[in-house]
Amino acid sequence: MSTQQTTDVDVSAAGDSAGVGRALGDYFRRIKGGDVGSLPAVLGLIVLVVIFSVLQGNTFFTALNFANLLNQGTAIIVLAMGLVFVLLLGEIDLSAGFAAGTCAAVLAVSLTNWGWAWPLALVAALVTGLIIGLLIGLLVARLGIPSFVVTLAAFLGLQGVMLLIIGDGGTIPIQNDVLLAIMNRNMPVWAGWVLWFVVSAGYALVSLRAITNRRKVGLPSTSTSVWAAKSASIAILLGVAVYLLNIQRQIVRPGKVPCTKIGPPNEPLGCIPTIQGVPWAVLVVLVLLVVLTFVLGRTAFGRHIYAVGGNAEAARRAGISVSGIKIACFMICSFLAAIAGVLLASRDNSVSPTTGGAQTLLYAVGAAVIGGTSLFGGRGRVIDAIIGGLVVAVIANGLPLITQQSGIQYVVTGLVLLVAASVDALSRKRSSGSLR
Amino acid sequence: MNDSTPLLELRDVNKSFGPVHVLRNVDLSVYAGQVTALVGDNGAGKSTLIKGIAGIHSFDSGEYLFEGKPVSVTEPKQANNLGIEVVYQDLALCDNLDVVHNMFLGREESKGIVLDEITMERRATETLASLSVRTLKSIRQQVSSLSGGQRQTVAIARAVLWNSKLVILDEPTAALGVAQTEQVLNLVRRLADSGLGVILISHNMNDVLQVADNIACLYLGQLAAQISAKEVGHGQIVELITMGRSGDIGLNPETVAAGGHV
Repeated sequence: MSTQQTTDVDVSAAGDSAGVGRALGDYFRRIKGGDVGSLPAVLGLIVLVVIFSVLQGNTFFTALNFANLLNQGTAIIVLAMGLVFVLLLGEIDLSAGFAAGTCAAVLAVSLTNWGWAWPLALVAALVTGLIIGLLIGLLVARLGIPSFVVTLAAFLGLQGVMLLIIGDGGTIPIQNDVLLAIMNRNMPVWAGWVLWFVVSAGYALVSLRAITNRRKVGLPSTSTSVWAAKSASIAILLGVAVYLLNIQRQIVRPGKVPCTKIGPPNEPLGCIPTIQGVPWAVLVVLVLLVVLTFVLGRTAFGRHIYAVGGNAEAARRAGISVSGIKIACFMICSFLAAIAGVLLASRDNSVSPTTGGAQTLLYAVGAAVIGGTSLFGGRGRVIDAIIGGLVVAVIANGLPLITQQSGIQYVVTGLVLLVAASVDALSRKRSSGSLR
Repeated sequence: MNDSTPLLELRDVNKSFGPVHVLRNVDLSVYAGQVTALVGDNGAGKSTLIKGIAGIHSFDSGEYLFEGKPVSVTEPKQANNLGIEVVYQDLALCDNLDVVHNMFLGREESKGIVLDEITMERRATETLASLSVRTLKSIRQQVSSLSGGQRQTVAIARAVLWNSKLVILDEPTAALGVAQTEQVLNLVRRLADSGLGVILISHNMNDVLQVADNIACLYLGQLAAQISAKEVGHGQIVELITMGRSGDIGLNPETVAAGGHV
């Protein structure tokens, strides 16, 4: 029998022994082992921004375009956040785009045609999303139809449902100020800075508390220097973003002055209305990020989602209701699609049969995968959707500034998605190769 | 409960699937602090016996005594509540989760709705330490990065975590190399030494003779013999497995002959 040395599960290494250097070393080891996470997406984002800035600096790298880019990306990001949950199970939801469109149609019809109050119409749209997700989830989990087929059917079916809801009119306008404000209005400058402070300080405090709690009981934890570096970089990154968004981005033509008072949009004021501040949509995305990250990372439910995606049989034997988890994930996906639908309706000031159609869904799947969520299930985070969504938005925004040929734009976007999927497949191969 | 009372005792259990009589009047005793090896050729009924003990199938007839008291085990949950844990051959680990997450899978500790990672990590560390596991670098590494032996260790540690009294191991060394087999067998021995009852299913006679205290040999659904490992050699076990009889021990010749026709 072996010696009675108790354990080398590194209890002695508890506390502040690991500095930034060791943390970086661990990180590189993980990447070598195939766990690349969001790294390719972050690098890609930097490369793309540099390329577009060099080629089209005076139109691409401006405060106005930065805000535009966020506006274009928001709905895709929210849709991608929902898809992360389904992709984590190793499933797919092809119908999410038209689920967004259908929910937007419900919103528009109840709001404009039936004259419902906006909160009621909003609830109706969100409940529609939940119902769509429940139906898809039941078919996938209880009947065992592959999600690809179920959601392909839903993709076609929901297009039809949307047409039926919208009716012959073709396009339904949205005139509610609150709903329009989400995508068209900005937070006051001071509120942007308050948001920055709350998010940066919140992140720093929560992560510090986690570290001190672990230290208290003598478990190994990240070192304080790593924590400080992380918190500082997040604060700086967000600070730059808020600063850029708080710049006056209206182009003031000669002979006109910017307004000192902010009025409703299109109000004739005899001056050029100021456009500055963080778009309200950013707040929506941030709230979703925090809530969903908490659900995935800190609750038993989230843990079970990863377990089902990693090894459904093991999860079942551990007493986890696999079909329950599947149904819940499809409901979350369609619910977030409903939110994306509301954002699309708000951005376009209307709902038409093309809302949520065209490339919306593929961009969203692309965003999740580019961000580092695996198509094979079991690996992915909510923040992936944001990082990947920004990559997609930068391409969609930057390419038209360079070339007017939409053919090239499609080809490039397709290639980027292919590269992301290859990274996913290769990293999976790599990590299973290092297995034995 | 005194030392002579078996932790688990089966008396005259039978199990049929339709017309196939898989287990016939099987007796089995498993003592705390001992490794009981369960051997037998393919189709001898090892898996059926294990599944009956674990509550996946219930036995058709016979007595099931745990700690000397008759109990009814018809569902896996009832077996778990008694303190019986099974480590299946495929281990049922999630590659994408770390060691702690796997050990607590489906039975996570939480405060309110928030997972209590600290408690889980401490308990996992304690359990691994109590098993003198020295092969894991970090219990926060993903299972996908572990070797076969380390995975087996994690699966066994998970079974031990729940104050279990009886751990059933299904072919724990089948997929392992020499060094890792050694590690896992040492672990199996330590489980028994710490007072647990262990049932070890194995096809490898060397493993069985190295680690087992007594050996139960199944032959065509019948218990050929349950004997102390000290009293038998390699050849005798093989004879018991292949013919149901070896010298004076085993099934009587008529039963063996009849067994072939059933």
